[in-house]
Amino acid sequence: MKQNGETGDGRPRLRAPRHRVSRKAITWWTLEELMGVVMLLVPQLVAAFFWDAGRPWLVGTSIATVVLGAVACLVIPRWRYRVHRWEATGEAVYTRTGWFVQDWRVAPLSRIQTVDTQRGPVQQMLGLATVTVTTASAAGPLEIPGLDVDVAQRLVEELTAVTQATRGDAT
Amino acid sequence: MTAPDPTPGVPPLDLPPMPPAAEAPAVPFEQDWRRLDARMLAVKPISEAGKLLLPLVVVLFVGGTDWWKLWGALAGGGLLVVAGVVRWATTRYRISDTHVELHSGLIFRKQRSVPRDRLRTVDATSDLVHRLFGLSVVKVGTGRNDKVGEEDELSLDAVSAAEAEHLRQVLLRRATGAATTTGTATGATAEAGAPRPETPAESEPGEVLASFRTSWLRYAPLTLSGLAAIGALTGGAFQVANELNLDPTDLGPLRNVGHWLEDGSLPLVLAAVVLVLLIVMTAGAVVLYLVQYWQFTLSREADGTLRVRRGLLTTRSVSLEEERLRGVWIAEPLLLRAGGGARCGAVATGLDTGAGSDTLLPPAPRAEAHEVAATVLAVGTAPTTAPLRRHPRSARRRRLVRAVVPVLVLAAGLGAAALAGELPHWLWWVSVALLPLAVLLGVDRYRNLGHALTERYLVVRSGSLVRETVALQRTGIVGWRVRQSPFQRMAGLATVSAVTAAGEGAYAVTDVDLGDGVALADEAVPGLLRPFLETS
Repeated sequence: MKQNGETGDGRPRLRAPRHRVSRKAITWWTLEELMGVVMLLVPQLVAAFFWDAGRPWLVGTSIATVVLGAVACLVIPRWRYRVHRWEATGEAVYTRTGWFVQDWRVAPLSRIQTVDTQRGPVQQMLGLATVTVTTASAAGPLEIPGLDVDVAQRLVEELTAVTQATRGDAT
Repeated sequence: MTAPDPTPGVPPLDLPPMPPAAEAPAVPFEQDWRRLDARMLAVKPISEAGKLLLPLVVVLFVGGTDWWKLWGALAGGGLLVVAGVVRWATTRYRISDTHVELHSGLIFRKQRSVPRDRLRTVDATSDLVHRLFGLSVVKVGTGRNDKVGEEDELSLDAVSAAEAEHLRQVLLRRATGAATTTGTATGATAEAGAPRPETPAESEPGEVLASFRTSWLRYAPLTLSGLAAIGALTGGAFQVANELNLDPTDLGPLRNVGHWLEDGSLPLVLAAVVLVLLIVMTAGAVVLYLVQYWQFTLSREADGTLRVRRGLLTTRSVSLEEERLRGVWIAEPLLLRAGGGARCGAVATGLDTGAGSDTLLPPAPRAEAHEVAATVLAVGTAPTTAPLRRHPRSARRRRLVRAVVPVLVLAAGLGAAALAGELPHWLWWVSVALLPLAVLLGVDRYRNLGHALTERYLVVRSGSLVRETVALQRTGIVGWRVRQSPFQRMAGLATVSAVTAAGEGAYAVTDVDLGDGVALADEAVPGLLRPFLETS
């Protein structure tokens, strides 16, 4: 697996966060990709059915959509799974997300404002949850998608307990 | 505040019955519920009507006078007045020991309550109509914006100017001791921190850190506001012409100009057009500069706030608690940079960055911008002048690629279209001619990339068309973010952003060597990144 930086000159470098997300996240992301492909494909097929003049073109683009979509469904979820990692220590939350562009984020517990979970329908079906950790910054929250529900629950409880013990408005 | 005599323009209306005098207060309070100033009954309809005036006049007198139009206009005006009365009658606010509360609305009752210890900024704005009636719109902001786009802000529209000043003093007063800064390079008066009389009298003058100078006007043409002025003027002119069904060729002088343009030789005409545009742009920019920054004053008040007052027609006063200051930015748009000018602004929590409320200095000589930065941060030399560390040469390649490739794509597209006979050839010639500019842009962007770490500040710089240098307090950094695209990974680069509760939320060190960036982040905020680092 490609890691960041091959400095090798003794300088410290970021290591990957310790924990992976749930393996079921691959299924979740695959389903999401599939839905995206279907959303693209259906209008093309409908148009091809009704519009004679455009049919040769549309069949071509439809085939391209299917092929590229299949590749995306196979590759992107696994790529995401390899990239997505998280870790919560007594001091900070540390995440790595993304696939093409990777995104490492660190937020100290003392600066955390809220911790929530979200579960979409597919995530509920698979027993997954996304944990969102917001800080006072407008730069957006830390997100850990695709955690097992009980892991997410425990994480939220622990983080909430710690952040409530910290006073101040975290700015 | 009692309701004064009915103001001219407001027909005597029976007020709707008062809502019952508020729910049982949860906290003891020292002040009673107060209403907005009754003069707003006149202000609101006038300013609303002002916006509608032009279309109204046009509708009434140009398209033939149909009676229903007149009635419609009258009904609209009446509605404005009634809406104003309802708003005034249903809106009340209170400043208790702990909270600022605002109740408003007739059908949709809204109750806002903001803890006073959360208040960070007080912004008093008066446009022309408000000033005519001696009123101000007061906005108090807190340091929180949990949800993106949802500012935790209370707006009182409108209160009397005296009440606005009173609010400003009362609401930010609590900041004592901690916020008073040590005397600064400008030879600060030692009176800061001395007890102030509790009576909110006329505003204390405070220590003036910077004030408007006529010589600054020379930077006005170097801002792009001239273009905006031209756009607004032409847009407005066309709209009027359109509404009035005017054909520009019907106007004598315009027709003469038109003839001259048609008959004159091309270079002459071009020169004339450019000259006229330049003159209009310069004049527009100067006027806009005056309108925005007339009587600009930046001061440090005795209660630990920074205060900016400015404006010719609409006057604005923004007060910012110094404790909330997390840094400053210096912005140098290309033209302004070429002319040796710069703007300066605050990086602070609870400050709306959009509407220019973070301005600390309008376009002015660069040295003054840095000086204001130093003075505001209460340090000897501005961190924004710190020598910056350049980014690796691979970053230059990335800047060049990102500047040149879009132009190449554009040229290729236009060229293909020209070959296919869809477009004239000169279009893609022009786009090819843009290439050297794109190269220059890329090189300049690279040259401007830089970062530094001073004793208390992280300094980052980037941008070419607008070069921005930000000095962010290291203690104000509330997290880190490292982004790396595959291309950056191949080049060994990353974009390392310091996350903060203030300003834009994150300030990026763009295309820094990954190892350097991580080391920088580790050094800037000791301990935070350490557990997640490993040495190879």
